[in-house]
Amino acid sequence: MLRKAFAIAAILGFAAAAQASVAATTQATPKDVHWSFEGPFGRFDQEQLQRGYKVYHDVCSSCHAMHLMSYRNLGQPGGPFYDPKYPNPNDNPYVKAIVKDYKVADIDSDTGDVIKRPATAADAFVSPFANEAAARASNGGALPPDLSLIIKAREDGTRYVYSILTGYKAAPAGMTVPANRYYDPYMPGDMTAFWHGGGPVPVGGFIAMPQQLTPNRVTFDDGVAATPEQEAKDVVAFLAWASEPHQSERKQLGFAVMIYLVVFTGLLYASYRRIWRKVAH
Amino acid sequence: MSGHSTYEPKTGIERWLDTRLPIIRFSVDLLDFPTPKNLNYWWTFGGILAVCLVTQIVTGVILAMHYVPNATLAFDSVEHIMRDVNYGWLIRYIHANGASMMFLAVYIHMFRGLYYGSYKAPREVLWLLGMIIYLLMVITAFFGYVLPWGQMSFWGATVITNILGAVPVIGPSITTWLWGGFAVDDPTLNRFFSLHYLLPFVIAGVVVLHIWALHVPGNNNPTGVNVKSEADTVPFHPYYTVKDGFGIGVFLILFAAFVFYNPDGMGHAENFTPANPLVTPQHIVPEWYLLPYYAMLRAVPNKLLGVLTMFGAIGVLFVLPWLDRSKVRSMRYRPTARIFLGLFLIVCLILGWCGAHEPDATVIPGVGAGFVLGDYGINTDVWLSRFGAVCYFLYLIPVMLFLPLFETPLPVPESISTPVLSHPASVPAGATAAPEKKG
Repeated sequence: MLRKAFAIAAILGFAAAAQASVAATTQATPKDVHWSFEGPFGRFDQEQLQRGYKVYHDVCSSCHAMHLMSYRNLGQPGGPFYDPKYPNPNDNPYVKAIVKDYKVADIDSDTGDVIKRPATAADAFVSPFANEAAARASNGGALPPDLSLIIKAREDGTRYVYSILTGYKAAPAGMTVPANRYYDPYMPGDMTAFWHGGGPVPVGGFIAMPQQLTPNRVTFDDGVAATPEQEAKDVVAFLAWASEPHQSERKQLGFAVMIYLVVFTGLLYASYRRIWRKVAH
Repeated sequence: MSGHSTYEPKTGIERWLDTRLPIIRFSVDLLDFPTPKNLNYWWTFGGILAVCLVTQIVTGVILAMHYVPNATLAFDSVEHIMRDVNYGWLIRYIHANGASMMFLAVYIHMFRGLYYGSYKAPREVLWLLGMIIYLLMVITAFFGYVLPWGQMSFWGATVITNILGAVPVIGPSITTWLWGGFAVDDPTLNRFFSLHYLLPFVIAGVVVLHIWALHVPGNNNPTGVNVKSEADTVPFHPYYTVKDGFGIGVFLILFAAFVFYNPDGMGHAENFTPANPLVTPQHIVPEWYLLPYYAMLRAVPNKLLGVLTMFGAIGVLFVLPWLDRSKVRSMRYRPTARIFLGLFLIVCLILGWCGAHEPDATVIPGVGAGFVLGDYGINTDVWLSRFGAVCYFLYLIPVMLFLPLFETPLPVPESISTPVLSHPASVPAGATAAPEKKG
């Protein structure tokens, strides 16, 4: 019944409460950052993907799962560790080295016991928590979202995630910050109830994740300086690749298809002119 | 079909087959079908729609080989298609954008019919069959949008199926029956998948009837006057196969631009989050091609009346051939009607804009919501929707019925071959004009 009531409110839009909550949600406009993979000819920068994976591996993966990703994906064409020498990502030495550190739950086929076996390249990324309840219990009741599709699951995802990661601000005087929550102007939220200062209510919302990306939080193997902005930019590139691993292939194929279609359509137009040349119409 | 067969079986096998199943005669007659020689590019959308339907069916059948219609597995199976199936990303992007492209084409096709009076006698059945196809398309597209089982899929399904709950007395029972339970859930997903696979073949069947109904009276044409002699026509092949082919080529370039360079542009970010019955998205909006109806649904502050308005908006199009009293088919010769149709198009676009925004969104920015009339300020989306809905019905009923009593149509040409005599912006008769360029 409750669900139905929600739906009816959504259809008719006449619930005053819904009206108020919609109107008050605010967030700062995401920062204007750009990546190499934007635009019709954009490509992922493989070194950036490797750095981004390192940030995910060293920082994000302690709380955030990526259940749609498998280790083999890291070595597939377009992936961070793809090497043309190893067309089969299972043979890729980087992938093998990454997989070595993980164990996955399985059943011993002889005894039926629940065991942990070494992971293989075909296994999905090992999730940091066994289930949602465990994830919430370890994070003050908040659920760290799965990051497999995070860039696609948010409006203007790349800039949004980058802005959240680099946008933490000390709560201004007059703002009551709940326990285990952090103020980030780029997080959508409604600050009305938490604001006791003068002037307009600040934009943004609270996030349950404390600021993660600090200077030298990771050490990049290629010597790039690990500023928070660089770390955020690289991890967003990795997450954008993970959201759509075939993105570069799509644009590449698209270019060929467009050329083909333009030529083909041109030929059709020429045929049309020729066939109709004697008809007064 | 209507006794103009030019086919003569040449070989023994052809003669043998012709007296048993004249399928070659049938095909040859289709290709030779006498078609008015003055059809412009707006007439290529029939062929474009046929290509769209075939594309949707072929890609859909392949997707169904990999998709799992199960509430816990559906979302990940779609991502499996995107990530692991060979060219699965391409097939899915074609299918998802193909739906939008097909609606774009069908709306142009319908407005073509409205402008040139293609629904008028003797083509009423042709129009009715077209409306049935359109209605089936809407239903099929809705079912299809539910299948990825993201947040927008789930909540869209919840909102739309709840609409039926507005039916007095039996509404709630119908909704439960449709859901196969007490909420949108696994049984709902399964039956939507089943119907989503079935309906395109029903559409294909009605398309066959639509083409049959086209071939009895023959094509309408930009002048709206009947074909008088053979001089007015050309055989469909090669004249219109090549012209349609060119139109299809241009359309495919647009289609490919979406598939390869903005494949998620017509979707919603919300749908990349798996369905969660406990979290309602802040904005539930349908796909762009249903936004005008959604705006009309929300415009009425009574659920049942809102639903009736929405269905009425489609329903009234079914009786259009009997509402329009004008003797002149083509709006080329009805300058006043042309203005009204232009306004109607603008109203449809405004309603689409309204459907995409929250009911309390301000229309003209910077001046506030205006004075409150009834439930909302006058400068809000909901009041613009109400204004739009009223205009929508005003055009389709009173304007259609009574405008012909007041308007003075321009002189209509004697025949297709002499339209230049009365076409306003044209060259003298006999010159090798190319009216298709004037559209």
